[in-house]
This record gives sequence, structure tokens and C-alpha cells, in this order.
Amino acid sequence: MLIDYVGVKEINGSLIVIDGVKGVSNEEIVDIRLDDGTVRQGRVVQIEGERIVVQVFEGTRNISLVNTKTRLTGHPMEQALSPEIIGRVLDGAGRPIDGLGDIFPLKKMNINGTPINPVSRVYPTNYINTGISTIDTLMTLIRGQKLPIFSGSGMKHNDLAVQIVRQAKISGATEDNFCVVFAAMGVQKDVAEYFRKSFEDSGVLSHVVMLLNLSNDPIIERTLTPRCALTIAEYLAFELDMHVLVIMTDITSYAEALREFSSSKGEIPGRKGYPGYLYSDLASLYERAGMIKGHSGSVTQIPILTMPNDDITHPIPDLTGYITEGQITLDRTLQGQGYYPPVSVLPSLSRLMKDGIGEGFTRADHQPLANQLFASYAKVIDARSLASVIGEEELSPIDKKYIEFGKLFETRFINQGFYENRDISESLDLGWELLSTLPRNELDRIDDELLDKYYKG
Amino acid sequence: MEKNVIFGINGPVITVKGSTEFKMMEMVHVGRENLVGEIIGITDEFTTIQVYEETTGLRPGDPVTGTGNPMNVLLGPGILDNIFDGIERPLKAIEEESGAFISRGSQVNSLDDKKKWNVSVKVKAGDKLSGGQIYAVLPETEIIEHRLMVPPALSGEVVEVKPDGEYTLFDTVAVIKDDLGVEHNLTLCQKWPIRTSRPIAERLSTNIPLITGQRVIDTMFPIAKGGAAAIPGGFGTGKTMTQHQLAKWCDADIIVYVGCGERGNEMSQVLEEFSELVDPKSGRPMTDRTVLIANTSNMPVAAREASIYTGITLAEYYRDMGYDVAIMADSTSRWAEALREISGRLEEMPAEEGFPAYLPSRLAEFYERAGRVKTLCDCNGSVTIIGAVSPQGSDFSEPVTQNTKRFTRCFWALDKSLAYARHYPAINWMDSYSEYFNDIDPWFNENIGPEFVEYRTRISALLQEESSLMEIVKLIGADVLPDDQKLIIEIARIIRVGFLQQNAFHSDDTYVPLEKQMNMMKVILHLYDRSKEVVAKEIPISKLLSLGLFEKLNKMKYDIPNSKPEMFADYIREIDEKINRIL
Repeated sequence: MLIDYVGVKEINGSLIVIDGVKGVSNEEIVDIRLDDGTVRQGRVVQIEGERIVVQVFEGTRNISLVNTKTRLTGHPMEQALSPEIIGRVLDGAGRPIDGLGDIFPLKKMNINGTPINPVSRVYPTNYINTGISTIDTLMTLIRGQKLPIFSGSGMKHNDLAVQIVRQAKISGATEDNFCVVFAAMGVQKDVAEYFRKSFEDSGVLSHVVMLLNLSNDPIIERTLTPRCALTIAEYLAFELDMHVLVIMTDITSYAEALREFSSSKGEIPGRKGYPGYLYSDLASLYERAGMIKGHSGSVTQIPILTMPNDDITHPIPDLTGYITEGQITLDRTLQGQGYYPPVSVLPSLSRLMKDGIGEGFTRADHQPLANQLFASYAKVIDARSLASVIGEEELSPIDKKYIEFGKLFETRFINQGFYENRDISESLDLGWELLSTLPRNELDRIDDELLDKYYKG
Repeated sequence: MEKNVIFGINGPVITVKGSTEFKMMEMVHVGRENLVGEIIGITDEFTTIQVYEETTGLRPGDPVTGTGNPMNVLLGPGILDNIFDGIERPLKAIEEESGAFISRGSQVNSLDDKKKWNVSVKVKAGDKLSGGQIYAVLPETEIIEHRLMVPPALSGEVVEVKPDGEYTLFDTVAVIKDDLGVEHNLTLCQKWPIRTSRPIAERLSTNIPLITGQRVIDTMFPIAKGGAAAIPGGFGTGKTMTQHQLAKWCDADIIVYVGCGERGNEMSQVLEEFSELVDPKSGRPMTDRTVLIANTSNMPVAAREASIYTGITLAEYYRDMGYDVAIMADSTSRWAEALREISGRLEEMPAEEGFPAYLPSRLAEFYERAGRVKTLCDCNGSVTIIGAVSPQGSDFSEPVTQNTKRFTRCFWALDKSLAYARHYPAINWMDSYSEYFNDIDPWFNENIGPEFVEYRTRISALLQEESSLMEIVKLIGADVLPDDQKLIIEIARIIRVGFLQQNAFHSDDTYVPLEKQMNMMKVILHLYDRSKEVVAKEIPISKLLSLGLFEKLNKMKYDIPNSKPEMFADYIREIDEKINRIL
């Protein structure tokens, strides 16, 4: 029996309170009909007897205490799924907005998903060749990994993401079983357009599912966008056995939406006003990457987040870093010097790299070479800070060598064209070439056998 | 008409109105799917329950039924080589039941009740038994003998025993009559509430080190068996790697590894690696002595809170059999955050950073469950806790790190700048400490040699000196230092690169026996002593450095296999020869 509940008891931000509701279930979706005929959707977030708190996705503007009729739908938030979803453009709540009509659902799934059983996971070991030297050599992306880009406003994270999508070679992926799920949360229209255009230019657009919640779209809807996107990704990966690359931008806007929702609900804030459950909430997104036994598909996530004030200790990058398997950090100084991609190598890391590289995957010298590049570049930074105090002239000869190495490393190894696709052995050889400018006895992370083979100093 | 029904729902916290029959901390079943929950608050009006599973779809009016017992775990054979979630549900069995994604309300038994165990009964009719005494044993895995103990609260006379043979988990193997004349069946398992520590006969002093094969830990900051250590570090500093290394190599009999709110892929890595790795002592896979508890970050937050207690209870159970158990909790910060999250849902008054005011007492309770003890069955056993801490923003002054510091006596501070330079393990030698020196140094003197402690003292003094010299170097460069100070910097570099840094992926370097650790220190200090002679004769240090000795020592960890300690003598000889030549 469908009952319309007339009016609301209380309105607070995006939340409305309705009294006298019977038979409601937690997280149920409700339809709210305004008396001007428009329909909004909401989700039950709290129940106290017959009093329920509903979060309205489209916001509560124009809602008064008497002008609504609310109806329970009897199910939680679900995403309509079918293979035809590939190539479509959806709004932030997973509904088509490309004018091509509704998705005829073969299946509907709860957007919250269910946790993957740790014993059913396949530990990811296949590397993805992105054609970018810094990433491939020093923070290798692995199929089934979640590797965020830590960036800041005005930095070239979007270009980098586009370049990764264009160049990524996933082992096992072909034209037919590769696709991209792109979720925009609170980004500007032109940024979304830039992504669309770039996908089109690189010929992957027909393999892309786009979910757009732009910066002027309802904020609460933003909390659904990544969930819808990941539900689609899981469907494509684990039911249709595709290799899915999920790009989510910008996680910071998402977390801010969550904070707004939390504070209007009157919850006790944690750090910087973000809700205490921010970690669990972010984890419920990021942990949906991976591979599972019995399926050949995979979900690889590249979330992008802009660090407020470039501060890596801000709660959003901080908590993200604790959940994801490493991070690609961008640096404003490098960008200022004109280097692209401005990847700051020292704070960047890929945790899954060690098992996806080396003999059989890339090359036997990969891991020691990467360790040495990291260690040597760390010394460059030390030498530079010394030089800034006593002047470069006063440095010891070895420190001068490091300064030189640092310069070369940045101009030749980090710096790379937007359309330049370097294969892995090219990148590794370049690494050796640069290390060969340092005296051999400075290379303490590499054993003699490899040095004999590759060191050309 | 069901009596107790759901009234309110707020995330993982639900309330029941007007019930009087529930007890604090009682385990309950919630809703039609029988989700597991625990009573966490009672007023005359409302009973508050935290639910260990996702609450989507629960409705007001759904039933809540009590079990009469506190949250407990089933203890018996089948725990080892298994992987559980935070409330001891076996994930492999859940996979068989519901596939790759975890469904709710799973009614799988914690331990396999079909498997037959080969039991040998150790008592006979007429024997008097008290709580904690062993009545039967069975081989749980190839290397671990599972000892069945009388539940601690029970004692009496054995009135009946079954013959040795194959029994399943719930079969009775002996019957015991208590003082009141009531008969109790002793099966292969017992239950124990997770928030209560298991009783012991007495605490023993912690005077035996837990040997880990990790140089920076064993030599510089050792931990005792029965001790507690904290590993704090920001993301990417190698907390998990360090925990894995310790779980693989430390000389405990049993490892309990709790993945508390961490990554799913990491747990699958542990599963894969541990089943492939062979324990050097027994030649059997590591999983034969390991229990995994995996409550990944996306699994329900209340179960994450419980996972730490589940882990320590399992650890205590094996300790009571007389084993040395080490429990790795990765990460206790996630557990503290779960506390905060639930506390927030209960609208409790927050203390520091939103954490509840009872955070320190909960941490204390947990770490106090570590210890080396005489068990009720008169064996010696120990539980060593190694807890990872993930400080917010890598700031060690945050509440979880600070409070943990108060309750652990070992502090292995992971350092971001070391990790950036890929110096692993990134344990900062200036910030870390161990308070176990006084307890365990006699053991080192007796078992390794009195030099061990002496070498350690000299090594840490050198590092200390280097650190203050580096202050100067940072300001004016190394060139202006006199040669004797330059020498300290060069030697400290060997200590850092050649000794403290350890390669977990190198077949020999991943585990280094104490003898080799001592020999390495000996060679480094020998080079230092001889070099001092050179410097004292005012021979320029560049001449010393050109001998190639320093590079050679940096690589000795790779060049000298663990099985060939005699090679160290060659190193000493080479140092003497080369230095004598320039003197």
C-alpha cells in the first residue's frame, strides 16, 4: 500500500523531518512531490520510532512545511545497470542526461555495494604501462590498485589523468574489454568538457561512462556520485569481465559535501569539521578497487584530489593516503619551473609496485634502480638546502655532482611531453643514464652485478 | 507479538524502547536477518545497541533478541591457518556461503564442526582438575599441538573419559563433576568473552627478548617477550611492511595478525605470502602458526572496534597453553577511530580531537593484556603486542600516539624523510626508544656475549654524535669539519646504510641472526678504531676513504651470507692490512 505523507515537521539544510511514518526501512529512498509538480528524491538517514530524517538530494529550496507529499519507495538507492551503459552520460545520481533515453536495466544494484571478502581478493600483480617515466619507474600503477593523484588547485592533474587514460596499456585488456568510468564531483563545466573532449580525441569516448555532478549541481547528490560510478564499475568488471579504470575528481569536493551534510545533521565534528566517520566513508569508496577470484575483470581507481592549501596533512589527503595503495603527488614548484608532469617523486609511492615489477613483468633491474633514484634524489634535496645556506660555490665536489644530477633528473626524467609515450625500457635506460653521471661508489642501493651491466660512468 | 523491537536507527547504532531484560555488553541478534550486535548503553527508557553489520534495510519494529551472554569467541582447534572477520566469523566459510561479496547475517560457525581431530586424552577418571589444566591434546597443525584446557571457572573431579581417537569440535571427550556435584561435559572447545582478559597464575618478568632478525630492532630497540611496542608512522612510512616482517620472522610460536580497518589488498597479500613462506625452524608454511583477523576499512565499523579484542583473546588462549604469542595490530588508530565514530553516534561529549574521553583507559586495558606469565597449567607463556599507530597528519602529538606512548615501553618511530629516501625500515634512531634494556641485557650477555651490549652502546653514541654534527654540516657544509669529526660522519654513514637499513626483499638480509648482527657491529667498530689511529697520525682522511673499506662494509650485509660468519674474520684482517699499509 502506498501512502503519501503530507507535509514535513522540520527543515534543516538538506534534511527534512517527517513524523508519523510507518514501515520505513533504514537508508530507504523516498520520492518527495512538491505541489508545483516537481519530484525530488531523498534518503532516510535516521529513524526514531515514527519520526524519520530524510536527506533530500536536490536540496530543500522551495520546500515548506506543508507543500510536499512524500512516498516511500520500499528500496534503498539503486543504480540501473546494463551493458548499454557504456558510452552514456549520467548525472550525479546515475540518471541519463544525454537525451538518449533511460537505461533499460538488466539489473539494479544497491549503490552502497557490499565489502569484498578479503579471502576472495586476488592480490594485484600486473602492472599498467602508462608511458610516463616517473610513474612507470618509480610508482608503478598496478591493475586493481587505487592510486590517487594528490594535487592542488591550478596544477596539471587533469592533464595527467587524461594522459594516463590515453596511454595506459593494461595487460589483458583489448578494445572490447577496456572501459573508463569517469565521475566528476563538483568540478566546473569546462573541466568536465575538457575531459569529454580529450576522451573523444584519443578515441576512447565510446568506452567511457561519464557521471557529472558539476559545481552548481546539488551538493547532496555529490555524495552519491562516486557510489553510482563504482557500482557501474563493479558491474562492468565483475559481471561483464571488463578492465575498468575509474577516474574520480575531485575527492575534496566530495568530502566537503559530506561535511555539509554531517553538520546539518548536527553530528559531532572530528578534525576540521569533517565528520568522525570520514575515514570509513572514504574507505567505502576506495576499497571498491581490486580484482576477485573467478573473474578476469578489474577495477583500478585513480581518484584526484586537490589538497587545500597544498597541505598533505589536511584530513582529506591524510586519510586518503592511509587507505589507498600509495599516491602520486604533484608539486607546485616543479610546475612553476615549467616541468610537466610535475610529479614530486619523494612523497609519491606505489605500495603494490614491488610485486608487479622486476623479472617477468618489467626488468630485473627495476626495483634497485628505483630505490637508487629515490635515494640519490633525496640527497639532491639535501645538497640544495645546503646550497641555499652556503651558496652553490662552497659545496663539496660530490654535492655539486648531486646538484647536477638533480637538474638532469628534473629536465629529462620527470619532464616529458603531454603526447610523449615512453615505454618501460626507455624509462629505465634513461634512469641508468642519469645515475651514470654520479660516481659509482655513491650508488649504494644496487649490487655490483647490475652496476657492471648497466652503469656507464 | 515480539517483545523487543527496534525503535530508532542511526548508522550502526540502534535503540530499543522500554526493555529491561538486556545486560550491558550482552550480545544480541537484530532484525530478521539476525545481524550481530552488542548492548552498549542502557537507560530506563532506551537500550542502545551497536550493530556489527551494515544496517541498511532495518526497520523499526524488527525484532531484537538477546543471547544472555556477553560478546564472546569460540576457542578450540581450527583457529590456526584460518582467517576471521572482527567477530570471529571465518571468511573462507563465508565465501563459500555467499560468494566474493560479504552478505549480512551470516550464520556460519566460527570453527569447523565437521573436521575430525586426532585427540589424545591426558587425564583419567578420578583425577582432580582445576581451571586451566590440560585434559587432552591434539595436533592442530604440523607444528602446533593444541592443548585443551578446562575452562578457567571450572574445577572438579574427572568422572568419565573417552578413549583416544577422532573427535569433532563439539564431541565430549571427558566429563568433570564440580564440588556441587554438577557434571560438565568437556568438549574440544570453550567460549570466552572478548573484553575480559583470561586469568593467569602469576606474571613473570619480561627478561627474554623477542628476536626479530631486524637489526634496528634487535640491537637498537629490542622488545621483550610479553612486552608491548608501538609503531607510529604517517602513510607510506612502512608500518605495514614492518609488521609483516615481524610477523614473518619473530621467534614467537604463534602469530595473531589483526588487520584492523586496513586495506583489503594487503590482507590478500598476507594470505598469499604467508602460505608460500616457509618457517625456517619447522620447514612448514607460515600459515601453520598464524591466525589472521581481517576487518578491512570498508567492513562494518563496530566489528572493527571488536577485532582488536577478538585478536587478543585468541592470543591469550594460546598463551595459556604455554606458547609465546605475538599479536600485530595494524592499525590501532583505526580502532580508536571506530571508538570515536561510535561515540559520536551516541552523542557522547568528545574530548581531544573528537575522541571519547575513555580512549586512554581503553588503550591501557588493551596493552595491559600483554605479558609473560605463568599460566594456570603451570607453563610459561607470553603475549607480545605490537601495535601500529597511524597518526593524523603524521603528527606524533595527536591523542592516539601520545596515549599509546604511555602504555607501551617500546616506541619505534617511523620517519617520513627516511622513507622518502627509501631507507627501510624507516625507524628513526633518534626518536625511538626501548625501555626493556635493563630487563633483557642479562639475556644478551649470557646468550650472545657481553660485547653485544657494549657494541650497541658505542653504535648509538656514534649516531648521537653524528646527529649533532649534522646540525653544523647543514649550516656550513662538511668540508670545514676537522678530520676526526669527518670520520664520525663517515662511520655513521656505514651504520645507517650498511647496518640499520635492511632489505626485506633480499633473501639473506630479510632475517639476520643475532650473531651476524653482532659481528657486523664488531667489524664497523673495528674500522672506526683503526681509522682513528690514522686520523691521529694526521694522515688525510681522503687517503683512508680511498681504500675502498667503507664501500665494502656498506655491502657486507649482502656479501656475507648468514651461514658464513667465519667471513667476518677476513674483513677484520683486510681492514688491518690496508690500514697498516698507510700508517
